[in-house]
Amino acid sequence: MRFRIERDALADAVAWTARSLPHRPSVPVLAGLLVETGPDGLTLSGFDYETSTRATLPAEVIDDGRVLVSGRLLAEIVKSLPNKPVELTLDGTKVALTCGASRFSLQTLPVEEYPQLPTMPSSSGTVKSDEFAQAVAQAGAAAGRDEMLPLLTGIRLEMEGSTISLMATDRFRASLRDVVWAPEQNDVTAHALVPARVLTDTAKSLVSGSDVTIAIATGDTGDGLIGFEGTVGTGTRRTTTRLLEGDFPRVRQLFATQGETVAYVATQSLVEAVRRVSLVAERNTPVRLTFSDGSLLLEAGSGDEAQASESIEATIEGPDISIGFNPSYLLEGLSVMQEPVVHLAFTQHTKPAALAGVPEVGAVPDFAFRYLIMPVRLQS
Amino acid sequence: MRAEASIMHLDLDAFFASVEQRDKPSLRGKPVVVGGIGPRGVVSTASYEARVHGVRSAMRTTEARARCPHAAFLGGRFDAYREASRIVMDRLREESPLVEPLSLDEAFVDLAAGDDFDPARVRDQVERLRADVERLTGGLTASVGVASSKLMAKIASELEKPAGSFVVAPGSEQELLGPMQVTAIPGVGPATAERLRRVGITTVEELHGPSQDELARLLGNASGTSLYRLARADDARPVVAERETKSVSVEDTFETDVTDRAQLQLVAERMARRVAARLASHGLSGRTVTLKVRHHDFETHTRSTTLAGPTDSAALLADTARALLAQTDLGGGLRLLGVGVSGLADWVQDDLFGASAPEEPDDDVPEAYEPEVPRWYPGMDASHDEHGDGWVWGAGLGRVTVRFETRHTPPGPVHTFRADDPALHAGHRGPDTTEAPGTFAS
Repeated sequence: MRFRIERDALADAVAWTARSLPHRPSVPVLAGLLVETGPDGLTLSGFDYETSTRATLPAEVIDDGRVLVSGRLLAEIVKSLPNKPVELTLDGTKVALTCGASRFSLQTLPVEEYPQLPTMPSSSGTVKSDEFAQAVAQAGAAAGRDEMLPLLTGIRLEMEGSTISLMATDRFRASLRDVVWAPEQNDVTAHALVPARVLTDTAKSLVSGSDVTIAIATGDTGDGLIGFEGTVGTGTRRTTTRLLEGDFPRVRQLFATQGETVAYVATQSLVEAVRRVSLVAERNTPVRLTFSDGSLLLEAGSGDEAQASESIEATIEGPDISIGFNPSYLLEGLSVMQEPVVHLAFTQHTKPAALAGVPEVGAVPDFAFRYLIMPVRLQS
Repeated sequence: MRAEASIMHLDLDAFFASVEQRDKPSLRGKPVVVGGIGPRGVVSTASYEARVHGVRSAMRTTEARARCPHAAFLGGRFDAYREASRIVMDRLREESPLVEPLSLDEAFVDLAAGDDFDPARVRDQVERLRADVERLTGGLTASVGVASSKLMAKIASELEKPAGSFVVAPGSEQELLGPMQVTAIPGVGPATAERLRRVGITTVEELHGPSQDELARLLGNASGTSLYRLARADDARPVVAERETKSVSVEDTFETDVTDRAQLQLVAERMARRVAARLASHGLSGRTVTLKVRHHDFETHTRSTTLAGPTDSAALLADTARALLAQTDLGGGLRLLGVGVSGLADWVQDDLFGASAPEEPDDDVPEAYEPEVPRWYPGMDASHDEHGDGWVWGAGLGRVTVRFETRHTPPGPVHTFRADDPALHAGHRGPDTTEAPGTFAS
């Protein structure tokens, strides 16, 4: 195996592939990054039995072949190389890397022990890469991070005709985001529960191309698998990951109720006010929001401890309401709202509140993205 | 140490037993032992009549029965004790805002923090207080000590016990303390006393001999240093007003070791529900759930988990306690199980799906394992549709004997019923069972 390539293109692809390598591999070969050369150019792959990554990019291939080297070491070396052509050569059991006046010799790992990477399922459809990345970031804001509840660390994708609905919940908040796609079959219905972390990283890394191909293999024969492929620069990037199993909570029905009190608040002012007031809310103790008389009063802290309050302008329709929230749940939802104004809908102070972004005060939300928070029940 | 005697220690005399004698007129003047009445029970409190026969707190109940077989052995009624304690603590807070309860029946009060404290008239103040306690609680007596430090106040409250008081004149502390046995100093138990005896120290005065270093070598650093100072009546510990509740827990020792996991699951679940009820009644919620187990060989372990947010949900606490138990090795069986909640807050992060989920579907399951009739134990409150309120005198073999009397009646008659008699109920029905402060004629 021998190839030559520009340093920037290589560094980018190696960094992307190596990022998904396991930190504590269950078997040593999984710390390796598979480097292959052939008629398609250069292919770099990583795998941890859950998620596989594969970057294909053009390179000047001198000899075909495959070799396994420590992913982390290769990524660190390539990142620090000068901006000059890089040449990699397999020489016996070592890989020689040269770039300008720098020379490295790396141990190889036993490539014959490397597991077979899952094959990419056949394409289910394509979606605009930037819209997809935004949708995933928005839906992912409500995803759980508790590894004890793996089901809730996923984002559920529901494909129905030309719409993909993305949803997530950690039990305390929920998100729902619709995005348009071009399915291979117009009457498709499918669903998949994808680990939120993998989906977020993948969608974010594929924005430089125009489209992302989504390929689902539901688990009729063995484990379910989903694949994403997009173009980056002159190469392609592909990620497959195992689907999470289990009955995802019925998130969609949570969004059905109508608000009795509706308030419009400037998104940025609300974010800044919550951030300031919650400085005194230790360990995510609640922030109380009181909507009354054309203003929103935010208060946090209690009793003997530090307290804070701030009032901001709000347009309120319906009865006054006072309601408490975990400030980080509010901030995580608000931070993925793109619109300048946020539309908040409440029924009671013990019932979930619905947030949606709107272009201006008075506008009806288009409900492309909705975020629901269960309020905190204040005992006193 | 202060220049004046302004720290008070109040101790209710034979508290649990006195409450029982108050509420059970036929037991007044007779030996009463309150505590665990099962085979593994330990005496909590013995009345003075029982103490004459050598019954002591912390003694095994079986030994107490041997020493004083004619005593009334009663299981506790903690609601009644808590109520009496609350009345006393409320009265103490009228003396001073700085009240430090040590338990239900004991508290320090910093009199100097009260309005109009006059060291010259402290004796009058104490006697007025003792009379009020007796009147407000319907006859419970207290012993009181007042001194310049916590140490001396506590020692002083013992001196004229029961129903007495002692004020230690400032400057006379050493003189008073010197001839006392070392065990008079709180914290000096039998083990420490034995170590001191081996080096020839039995009285507090003799403790003045060794240097601080010598005592530290003999007893360990912390207790040696502290004893060196306490022996000189050198105690500057302040009275600290009641701290916030840090945790809420429930635990129980089994009559025989339990190895059956399913049975323990039910016990843990029931305890979690009791904890949830106690949290709710205090307007609290908690975030960290702890399971405590004591194995048959007394090895004790705790295991805990922290939830995403504070909760007061009985179902969630029960699920969490069950999950913790599932991770616990039961070994040769458990003699004690406990469930506690800490990380307390006054708010609850509810679950989005909690409302839509069926309302605790498994709620009926534990019921099936409950006995069909209440478990009767000696001392507990009972009432009968015809005979009114009384207390369980004895129970067993499907029968319950009840004496029908209350604190407001003269000694009453005894009747025996079948344990499942539908006219017989646990608890009192009468109007003045849960007395509010101020309902007593003054």
